Amino acid sequence: MTIKAIQDEIIDEFSMFEDWEERYQYMIDLGKTLPLIDQQYKTEDNLIKGCQSKVWVHAEMKDDKVVFTADSDAIITKGIIAILLRVFSNQKPQDIIDADTTFIDDIGLKEHLSPTRANGLVSMIKQLKMYAIAYQTQLQ
Amino acid sequence: MFNVETIRKDFPILSRKVNGKPLVYFDNAATSQTPQQVIDVIVDYYSNYNANIHRGVHSLSQEATDKYEQARQKIQKHFNAKFAHEIIFTSGTTHGINLVANGFSSLLKKGDEIIVSALEHHSNIVPWQMLCERTGAILKVIPMNQEGELVISEYDKLLSNKTRLVFVNHISNALGTINPIESIITKAHNVGAAVLIDGAQASPHIKADVQKLDVDFYVVSAHKMCGPTGVGMVYGKEEWLNKLPPYQGGGEMIAEVTFEKTTYATLPHKFEAGTPNICGGIAFGAAIDYMNAIGFDNIAKYEHELLEYGTQKLSEIEGLKIYGTAKHKTSVISFNLEGIHPYDVGTILDKMGIAVRTGHHCAQPIMDFYKIPGTVRASFAFYNTKQEIDAMVEGVKKAKIMLS
Repeated sequence: MTIKAIQDEIIDEFSMFEDWEERYQYMIDLGKTLPLIDQQYKTEDNLIKGCQSKVWVHAEMKDDKVVFTADSDAIITKGIIAILLRVFSNQKPQDIIDADTTFIDDIGLKEHLSPTRANGLVSMIKQLKMYAIAYQTQLQ
Repeated sequence: MFNVETIRKDFPILSRKVNGKPLVYFDNAATSQTPQQVIDVIVDYYSNYNANIHRGVHSLSQEATDKYEQARQKIQKHFNAKFAHEIIFTSGTTHGINLVANGFSSLLKKGDEIIVSALEHHSNIVPWQMLCERTGAILKVIPMNQEGELVISEYDKLLSNKTRLVFVNHISNALGTINPIESIITKAHNVGAAVLIDGAQASPHIKADVQKLDVDFYVVSAHKMCGPTGVGMVYGKEEWLNKLPPYQGGGEMIAEVTFEKTTYATLPHKFEAGTPNICGGIAFGAAIDYMNAIGFDNIAKYEHELLEYGTQKLSEIEGLKIYGTAKHKTSVISFNLEGIHPYDVGTILDKMGIAVRTGHHCAQPIMDFYKIPGTVRASFAFYNTKQEIDAMVEGVKKAKIMLS
């Protein structure tokens, strides 16, 4: 699936929720159930320190696609990571570079991606793109 | 008569909604809200007498200067400083601490010792670390105990004839602990050291008397005590302010300038380079008037009731742990739900219109001490109510259900 198609799918899913509680409960459950990163990659090198919550990101190339794994110590942050990885992981580097994140606004989670929120998510998206740029450079 | 419902009417922001719910504002330790009386002063300034101060010959400038200097006198009177020129306007507490730390660069030498406490905000740690880098002075730390109190017996051991300076907050921003600054000051003076007290958190709760305390420097921010952001003050004893070199160079702080030599202005202007926050300074004075009209004794009594009520109600929630259980503390409750990250709790509370702070509160050493990433911090002001505390408690219970 293309990044755009996945984003549309997520927007569709979120449109079913009636209020913030359902939306957040969904993210919390996502955050609780998904094992996102291998313990061995939860290293200082992979750590993005937010003021509020910590985020770990690991990337590797599988065939022509970048596979991301990530984690956070805060569960809502983790739930949002799960959504972001669904969009960005398993995609070609150039597609990741070109992708935008406006779908986050559409699903009512904009505040979590504000640079002032300091939860590590903005830096995480930057990091995902940096990995994609690095892999793209290797490919060329 | 202290009537919270009447007081709440002074604060327009308290009647707004956040995320569709009535705002419950419990982030007062970060910044307090502003009463209409202070907002009016700000509007009046820009509507009627906005002008640059101290040098203009025209009437507007004179009016603005008079109001600004009257504000300085109000602050002097409030903190009971001996002279108005011992009050230096700053942009806030951080600026004030940097002003003093910078001044000590020329007074310290390698091997001198300066003492901080484990309970400090980063703004009362980092400027002094920078001072140590510049001078070779050594930073010593008064430790804290599990309750969040300073261990004064350890402080006694740190003091020596090498001690030059001690800087401690009056009240901890992260935990609300009221530190025994009277004895901290006396003991420092006994070894000939100067003392700076960070009064940022104390100023909305306690009326500090700088002469009675015999403190050398006392720093505060207006925005913690119903004033605007971007303004604050350093109180410094005249003899110390004369001893310290200026912090910033520029207009206003000079007596005479030639390319060969510049002589500095007298106090307080020596430390007030450039056009200050004139409106802010005047509004700071108005905020002090407002708080004094309510009365600090009334404020302390009422806030203590809120603290006791909030502590009791939150303690009833199973798995909730309160950090900072000092015998003497102000209306700050720092807590966590077992196994749940503070960011998650804060996020859910925000969705319910309840504003708390989460994170390390710019006091990472305290969080490291407790081995936690941060806390949820609810800090109450005199315009908060028990009903609001009930709303928060319900919010925390809901967060617990959603996140467990």
